[in-house]
Amino acid sequence: MVRFENVGLRYGLGPEILRDLSFQVPPHSFQFLTGPSGAGKTSLLKLLFLSLRPTRGLVTLFGEDISLLGKDAIANLRKRIGIVLQDFRLLDHMTTYENVALPLRVMGRDESNYRKEVIDLLKWVGLGERMDALPPILSGGEKQRAAIARAVISRPQLLLADEPTGNVDPTLGRRLLRLFIELNKSGTAVIIATHDITLMDQYDARRLVLHQGRLHIYE
Amino acid sequence: MSRIDDQRPLVDLGQERPQLPARARNLSPIVPRASIAGRALVAVVAIMTFLASITTGSVLLVSASAAEWQSEVGSEITVQVRPQAGRDIERDVAAATEAMRALPGIVEVRPFTKDESSKLLEPWLGSGLSLDELPVPRVIVARVQPGTTPDLAALRSRVTQATPSASVDDHRAWIERMRSMTGATMFAGFGILALVIAATIISVSFATRGAMAANRPVVEVLHFVGAGDRYIADRFFRHFLQLGLEGGLIGGGIAMLGFGFSESIAGWFSGTPVGDQFAALLGTFSLRPSGYIVLAVQAVLIAAITAWASRRTLFTTLDDID
Repeated sequence: MVRFENVGLRYGLGPEILRDLSFQVPPHSFQFLTGPSGAGKTSLLKLLFLSLRPTRGLVTLFGEDISLLGKDAIANLRKRIGIVLQDFRLLDHMTTYENVALPLRVMGRDESNYRKEVIDLLKWVGLGERMDALPPILSGGEKQRAAIARAVISRPQLLLADEPTGNVDPTLGRRLLRLFIELNKSGTAVIIATHDITLMDQYDARRLVLHQGRLHIYE
Repeated sequence: MSRIDDQRPLVDLGQERPQLPARARNLSPIVPRASIAGRALVAVVAIMTFLASITTGSVLLVSASAAEWQSEVGSEITVQVRPQAGRDIERDVAAATEAMRALPGIVEVRPFTKDESSKLLEPWLGSGLSLDELPVPRVIVARVQPGTTPDLAALRSRVTQATPSASVDDHRAWIERMRSMTGATMFAGFGILALVIAATIISVSFATRGAMAANRPVVEVLHFVGAGDRYIADRFFRHFLQLGLEGGLIGGGIAMLGFGFSESIAGWFSGTPVGDQFAALLGTFSLRPSGYIVLAVQAVLIAAITAWASRRTLFTTLDDID
């Protein structure tokens, strides 16, 4: 599903922050991406989400060499990927429900086909009472759950999550991890970038550890 | 395949399953409706549409008035009888009138009386004037049968035979001057219109860039959820078309109301020197129904130009954001 070969990344003329990354993410797999702050976890997620292009090496996503892809092809590939960013990126003029339903709306699906599913998911992540609330009045934890719900609602083939439990209490953190595991069982490959050792200890999964720009894999 | 093919629910709420709330629906547009940049765009389009409408309306008024004058004046022939020493001017006027009446194609001949001539000169010479004391020519106006061209040479010879001091004027030179003045006015009007439209395109392009910069987070999120540039541009295009129509409606509407009320406004100034001059130049200030249709079409056209200019800018801005 994802293949990196000798991938390097630098910003402008700065030093290389990711060096010689070579790994694969098989379909239906579950992995944690961890490492100290500034190790390049977010940059690696951005490479996986096609927000950044590598400065060297080969990245293949769903069998496509990303260096050969045009804008439309990238947009189509992104429909197969869900992402949860640290800063949530919710649209302030839309309600929680509308934010979560946005990927399905963009796909052109009829609202009557997904409305119940969106509402069930919002209930599951504890936002059943906040469906009509606008993001500016949501707490940090609520925004994070809305961002997670938006990332998983379209059942993507690959889910990328950057510190998805950073703003929630341990009980809700476990509930969200269960959501990711459920999604993984239904066929989604999951990559969760986290510092949270407790979270990683709750589920036995492959660990990708970034350290000084290099990747170490613990199966 | 763009998503996992799994028909079972993503989450199972069991006994927690709620009733579907009535309000949880997609009601908000993807591009936020109200924003400072959006309001600026509406204001720009409204002002430009107003200016364009005023220009077009004025051109229509001038050309309609000019056409009216030309048709009125073109169907008239004026004879001037100058007083000469030793001749009775009243008799000369009567002789010239009779000579004109006898010509084919002349349907009505009206000699202006002394009093009427005094009235004609009143704006220049003041009231209480006695023409007996001044060598003022007398005027005879003949109306020509519509669609016919009278033999001017025959008319001239017959009138001068009857009254040697008479001169005949068919206003041709004046009509030519009117025609060229109207043409120049319309040319200037179209020039101003072209400038207004060019200024609209430039202003709209800048306003679109501003609006897109303000909506950058929306564009980024749409990219995150897999929307392509075409989808995003389409949403913004609709948004800008709506803003353009709103601006066009405001600007065009105010201009139309202005023309609608201009007749009453002109009425307030009638009797004043300025009012009379404007009335002489532009008639009653009333725009014909077809004029209002032209203004409405123009407002829609400016809204379409706004949307087109926005769309052109959109793709460039989307490339920058990407």
